[in-house]
Amino acid sequence: MNGTGIIKGLAVTIRHFFSTYFADQFGLGRAKAKRGTMMAEGFFTVQYPEESVTVPEEFRVIPFLVYTIEEDGQKKYRCTACGICAKVCPTQCIWITRMKNEETGKPVPESAEFYIDIDKCMNCGSCAEFCPFDAIKMDHDFRIASYTRGDSHIYNKERLGKPLEYYAKIRPTNYAQEEAQRAAKAQAG
Amino acid sequence: MSELTVLHPEYEALLQRFAPNVEPDTRPGFSGIVVLPASLIEVVTYLKEQMGFDYLSSVTAVDQYPDDQFDVIYHLYKTIGGEGLELKVFTTRENPVVPSVTQLYPGADFQEREIWDMFGIRFSGHYDLRRLLLWEGFSGFPLRKDWQEPLFEEEVKPYKSRWPEGRAFHKEQTNPFHDNVQYPKEFDPESVSTDADESLYKALTANLANDEDGLHTDRMVVNIGPQHPSTHGVFRMSAVLEGETVVALKPVLGYMHRNHEKIGERNTFLQNMPFTDRLDYLSSMSNNFGYAITVEKLLGLPPPERGEFLRVMMAELTRIASHTMSIGFLLNDLGAFFTPSLYALEERELILDIFESVAGSRMMCNYFRFGGVVRDISAADFAKVKYLVEERLPRKIDDLDRYLTDNEIVRSRCEGVGVLTAEEAIACSAAGPILRASGVPYDIRRADPYSIYDRFEFDVCYRNHGDVYDRYLVRLDEIRQSIRILKQVIEQIPPEGPVMNGKVQYLVKVPPGESYGRVEGPRGELGFYVVSDGKVNPKRYHVRAPSLINLTGLEKMCVGGKIADAVTILGSVDIVLGEVDR
Repeated sequence: MNGTGIIKGLAVTIRHFFSTYFADQFGLGRAKAKRGTMMAEGFFTVQYPEESVTVPEEFRVIPFLVYTIEEDGQKKYRCTACGICAKVCPTQCIWITRMKNEETGKPVPESAEFYIDIDKCMNCGSCAEFCPFDAIKMDHDFRIASYTRGDSHIYNKERLGKPLEYYAKIRPTNYAQEEAQRAAKAQAG
Repeated sequence: MSELTVLHPEYEALLQRFAPNVEPDTRPGFSGIVVLPASLIEVVTYLKEQMGFDYLSSVTAVDQYPDDQFDVIYHLYKTIGGEGLELKVFTTRENPVVPSVTQLYPGADFQEREIWDMFGIRFSGHYDLRRLLLWEGFSGFPLRKDWQEPLFEEEVKPYKSRWPEGRAFHKEQTNPFHDNVQYPKEFDPESVSTDADESLYKALTANLANDEDGLHTDRMVVNIGPQHPSTHGVFRMSAVLEGETVVALKPVLGYMHRNHEKIGERNTFLQNMPFTDRLDYLSSMSNNFGYAITVEKLLGLPPPERGEFLRVMMAELTRIASHTMSIGFLLNDLGAFFTPSLYALEERELILDIFESVAGSRMMCNYFRFGGVVRDISAADFAKVKYLVEERLPRKIDDLDRYLTDNEIVRSRCEGVGVLTAEEAIACSAAGPILRASGVPYDIRRADPYSIYDRFEFDVCYRNHGDVYDRYLVRLDEIRQSIRILKQVIEQIPPEGPVMNGKVQYLVKVPPGESYGRVEGPRGELGFYVVSDGKVNPKRYHVRAPSLINLTGLEKMCVGGKIADAVTILGSVDIVLGEVDR
């Protein structure tokens, strides 16, 4: 019969409308917690700036450099300036210079400068995947909008550095795995 | 690999019949047969009419610089299934001319135009040899090895300026008109932009007969796009109308062209993997799949059991996500603005959540590696996939089916619109749901199985009318078959085990040779043609993009219909501009 399709379609819309309404009125909290998941009824989306969905552990945006705080209060970066991340980077957005010993002029395993052009970075995660020292990791902080382009989008070592505790917080499973591997290696060696 | 292919019995027959004009390609790592340009048409006609190779999958070229040689490579298949055949024609760089096969295979139309565009190889007998992706007036042929792009740094990544020199600079600071931009001597910026459309309109009206006897109707050219909501991106359809009826139509492409293939040839093999995500950005897992199996053919490095299952799982989830989106947006094109498409997006959203959790990114997954996948799926994510496949998706797909399939607006707008017959679909090298909706049950997962698809039970969905409605139904059926495959994957996947073979390395050593790998992506046959010369980067990296080649049949589908239906037809072809333009 003509017209049934339209009525059916409207029924779908109205079902969504009512289940959202009742969820908001009576099932507050419980229904909202389901939003964006497989159990969602009614509204599927969350109201972004007020609410947001939690990102999974493997989520990746913009790399950061892991450092630990030494006893003398200095930052100790894990990076040894081996250059693997710069070589594997598909967009070639990483620039590294090696630190040189001031007296002998010989390179020491530490980066003097470390830049990432985040305009070019495509968040592929290759640098973190192939880093043999667990020194570069992918961040979770996707709120990185800024008012200017250009130089403010070239992150230097200072801007890229984040403490090890932060890494342990955003990627607990990966962190635990890596620490276990390190411990095993230290024991074996 | 090469020995196996040359021993193909059909090759023998061909070699005997056409000697000395054909001979096997004996370079190490290469296969196929080399034909002299003069006898190409004769050989191809024989192949098509006597041996049943009716489907021209891909045409591409390789620049052998510094040798004075271009290879033009044809991959032919049979729509009844089975192995393919590779034909090669060598021509010189000085005067590159090859006879066009468009008379036999209209599907070569866009591909030959692309080769002309990128390599400057002329195809004699092609009825409309204009540039495909670049604009008329562009100087040079970018995929030639001696062509250098603006801001050219080095032939191959990684660039030395990144490490150990480490000079940070922003691209905008460097002058885009630096001295490696190549202009022709007589270049005049005023003169380039105007005649591009003239040649297009000339091509559009070239085949139209002037109907002297009938009622005289004014013809009108209407351009839809490049900025138009119905074109799913920056894409332009240039149509000639008589009243409201389309009499000729040509797609104009290249607004999002970024020369993916040149980028791919500058990249190392592994660096290409995240770039393939950006081709068909709605189904990045499929693109990863195609590229991974192509390079694995060269490496001889099959993934472990669990890795294979994870690959199939991700590829099928991608298919579901892509098809629900395609169905939703078809409704958009019919005028049901956004509500149905947003409901369809819900299921896609849940699948993307799984991708995000497993691969790290929702759309740009970058999940596959040569010899496996990057990481294992966690138990929680596996449970999500299980719930989705066994509980939620079948229910939701039935919902979609119930609302749409018998909806009278959908039926009256879609049935009998944009018909492509089986013969036309094969001739146009259409692939995927387009081909299958026209009554050709050709699915690479079944016809030429890759990975572990030969172990699963599923039906090849096809319909017989070849109209927009049947394409919708085929997509719906395919979602159901994907769910069926996924159920088997969940049942049979080994509970644990490695997901990757070989050691983790950032510079993969690929032995010299060529390989053509193809997978059944959501939009059809996605092929990758890779030539390695033993260096860190591919010598040639070609993508056989299903969206682009499916557009070859667009004119046939639209002509005779109303201009309003062209929008629906384009929606049913389901192009993704990231893949069309590359």
